[in-house]
Amino acid sequence: MTALKLTNVNKSFGPVHVLKDINLTVEEGEFVVFVGPSGCGKSTLLRVIAGLVDASSGTIEIGGDVVNTVPPAKRGIAMVFQSYALYPHLTVKDNMGLGLKQEGRAKSIVEDRVAKASKMLDLDRYLSRRPAELSGGQRQRVAIGRAIVRDPKLFLFDEPLSNLDAALRMNTRVEIAALHRTLSASMIYVTHDQIEAMTLADKIVVLRDGRIEQVGSPMELYNNPANRFVAGFLGSPSMNFLQSSVPGLAPGQTIGIRPEHLTLSEGGQINGKVTHVERLGGDTNLLVVTDADETLTVRLFGQDQTNVGAAIRLAFDPAHAFYFNDAEERVYQNAA
Amino acid sequence: MNTARRTSGTTVAAHAVLILYTIIALFPVFVILINSFKDRRAIFRDPLGLPNAETFSLIGYETVLKQGDFFLYFQNSMIVTVVSLFLILLFGAMAAFALAEYGFRGNTLMGLYLALGIMIPIRIGTVAILEMMVSTGLVNTLTALILVYTAQGLPLAVFILSEFMKGVSDDLKNAGRIDGLSEYKIFFRLVLPLVRPAMATVAVFNMIPIWNDLWFPLILAPAEEVKTLTLGSQVFIGQFVTDWNAVLSALSMAILPVMILYVIFSRQLIRGITSGAVK
Repeated sequence: MTALKLTNVNKSFGPVHVLKDINLTVEEGEFVVFVGPSGCGKSTLLRVIAGLVDASSGTIEIGGDVVNTVPPAKRGIAMVFQSYALYPHLTVKDNMGLGLKQEGRAKSIVEDRVAKASKMLDLDRYLSRRPAELSGGQRQRVAIGRAIVRDPKLFLFDEPLSNLDAALRMNTRVEIAALHRTLSASMIYVTHDQIEAMTLADKIVVLRDGRIEQVGSPMELYNNPANRFVAGFLGSPSMNFLQSSVPGLAPGQTIGIRPEHLTLSEGGQINGKVTHVERLGGDTNLLVVTDADETLTVRLFGQDQTNVGAAIRLAFDPAHAFYFNDAEERVYQNAA
Repeated sequence: MNTARRTSGTTVAAHAVLILYTIIALFPVFVILINSFKDRRAIFRDPLGLPNAETFSLIGYETVLKQGDFFLYFQNSMIVTVVSLFLILLFGAMAAFALAEYGFRGNTLMGLYLALGIMIPIRIGTVAILEMMVSTGLVNTLTALILVYTAQGLPLAVFILSEFMKGVSDDLKNAGRIDGLSEYKIFFRLVLPLVRPAMATVAVFNMIPIWNDLWFPLILAPAEEVKTLTLGSQVFIGQFVTDWNAVLSALSMAILPVMILYVIFSRQLIRGITSGAVK
């Protein structure tokens, strides 16, 4: 069964067309990540699915039912917000139980579900506290707990990790992944962070300017991007795009090479000078300006001894290179 | 004490300015208070002198409490002020929520229309108001005053509160919607507690003009049983003879309730700012 089906969804705010003909299917149990730069419409799309914003046209089906006119509380969804959005006047327990209470469920069921969720998230000790007495990470766990308690058909996450510090972000990311495995629920997750997208998703949806650019598994998108935008958006450090440093390119054509696919080699095609070195221990990143005055990043594994100012030659494997035309679309060609 | 951000020079200067302002602001109140405790001759002979054993007198307070229905006036003022404030806050907050939260057609226009009342003084419409009150039979009732004061306070209340309500996290309201709270519950349970400091500000702004108003009580409700305190105190001011002891005593007592209300609201103000909400 499909958890969510969007057909030709459009959304305009006055003259501004925010979502353009979105078609998307989310299968049951799938973890789908919407990713894109800020302002691309990913949060709006999530709000349209939640029913907080009405679509201008198109249909939204959740679990097989068309829900265009169903209020958010009756869509069988639960949402986790970036700012946690906990009710400041309620305890952790009441925060988590409020949704069920509003549905008119029996007290024992509410207690049961809250107990189960709080155990899953290790919140037992904090049940009687108010949000103001919790740390950021705990608050976000309460927000996730509030979603779990409702036992929704579809979980919606709106940049849930953006307000957490780096270490906590990693932990919570792992927790969310574990949660998805235990609950095997359908989840939609919005983020602008490509690492979160790559690590969590079964399926990534890349959005730009209100349009879906490409849909696929993380490795599919990484290995086979449909256009220059997707190629540049996924992967860190991001892909190098060169026009004049590599010989043999047609005019207007751009070659894309990932930093990890460049190697230092005496016989390399690209000449350049190192302008900056980042030594990360496990990796070394070189920032290079080529003789044709284009900048690129090289990711070398291990600890490299190249210094700033060194003149280097770089080689790449044509099998790992991508070609794009001047409309930024992918061009397939045999090794140049 | 010198610290990185403050030198003793600026501290002293800042305090000097503040103390000077406080003295200027409190001086008339101080003069009223000391003179209310003096006999009539002392008020005129030495208006700025403190009451001493010779000049001390409670005659003013005695007159006020004996003559005139002082407690009735007091009660009238209290009812008018408290009920008007309640209505201003309730309707002002509801209108502000609607303006801030829902993007209906004519939203901006409606906001401007409501803000117009800030610029046009309600007293311009006194004659029309009086006619309306006469034809609805509300003359000489407290209801007349309450209605007028509510109308007078609403524009500023809507203006201030809608700005604050725009600042309340959308996520919180949306979380409430997903949990199945009705719009009324979202308004009363989630939004109102978060804009409490703004409500206190609006209350303080409106309270004092209503309490002190002489104009509308004089025109709309001059009857003995609905007189407010300010109007009631006028009985001691005659065309030829004014009982200054009584006037000053009445005014001194009139200060008390406003002060109590102010303390209540300013507490809310401080508590509202310090209590943690979202994030």
